[in-house]
Amino acid sequence: MFVAATLALLVTMILTLFRALVGPTIFDRLLAVNSFGTKTVLLIAVYGFLTKRPEFLDIALVYALINYIGTIAVLKFFEYDDLGSGAYQEDDF
Amino acid sequence: METLTIMVLLAFLVVIAVGIIVLRDLLAGVVLLGLYSLVAAGAFVVMDAVDVAFTEAAVGAGISTILFLGALSFTKHEQKPRGHDSVTALFFVAVTGALLIYGTLDMPHYGSDLSPAQTHPELTQHFLHKSDSEIGIPNVVTSVLASYRGYDTLGETVVVFTAGVAVLSLLGLRRRRPEEEAPEDAPGDLPTVPDDEAEHK
Repeated sequence: MFVAATLALLVTMILTLFRALVGPTIFDRLLAVNSFGTKTVLLIAVYGFLTKRPEFLDIALVYALINYIGTIAVLKFFEYDDLGSGAYQEDDF
Repeated sequence: METLTIMVLLAFLVVIAVGIIVLRDLLAGVVLLGLYSLVAAGAFVVMDAVDVAFTEAAVGAGISTILFLGALSFTKHEQKPRGHDSVTALFFVAVTGALLIYGTLDMPHYGSDLSPAQTHPELTQHFLHKSDSEIGIPNVVTSVLASYRGYDTLGETVVVFTAGVAVLSLLGLRRRRPEEEAPEDAPGDLPTVPDDEAEHK
């Protein structure tokens, strides 16, 4: 069963990777990359159970956090064209 | 199954790398670089190098992406079309890659029973059983890293330190050059405003 799940995840990763490379707008790419990161997290988790080492679940959690931070940084860059000058903070919130 | 997973992940790496080279949009390139690191870290996990994978994910996918975005906010989002032809660059990249591959030919293959860790099992036993009494650190990985191969780690730290000093001198010197008689401040300080100087004097 875990073999089937791993194969399915790999196929899904191929599909999202296609969208990330081809995607006409940057939003397509970003969504695809974020989704691909989630698939990586899932793959590590499933692979841990496949090889009878469920402690890989912790690593998958850390990857989920890193993926989240990266996406937040890119989105912030989209919104402000900048990462942290601080000039906008009091006006915009 | 393991071989298949590793091969698919490595194929992803190749596809993403080609995509990064071909794309003109720098922001997409940065995003794809983060993805590249995440996939590389996933491949490392599958190949049982969990600590290497952690470093790759934290540095490659986390910090590097944010640093690249910070650099991108100082420049444009679109790569300029190159004026010169890139045949020379391609040649040097190919030569460097061939040299690196040549360097790996001496190494034992992945999972080989001829690797030093397999041919000297008494070393592994020594590290696992004696590190508590010899070094006194509960974590064996840490005691190997910081004590048994301490000179190696010291060398790595010197390399990282040198890189940091070089970057700081490149960034810091240009900022402070205009004011000749500036007070000796630590590198990385904010540029001193005239009001501050008046206070100092």
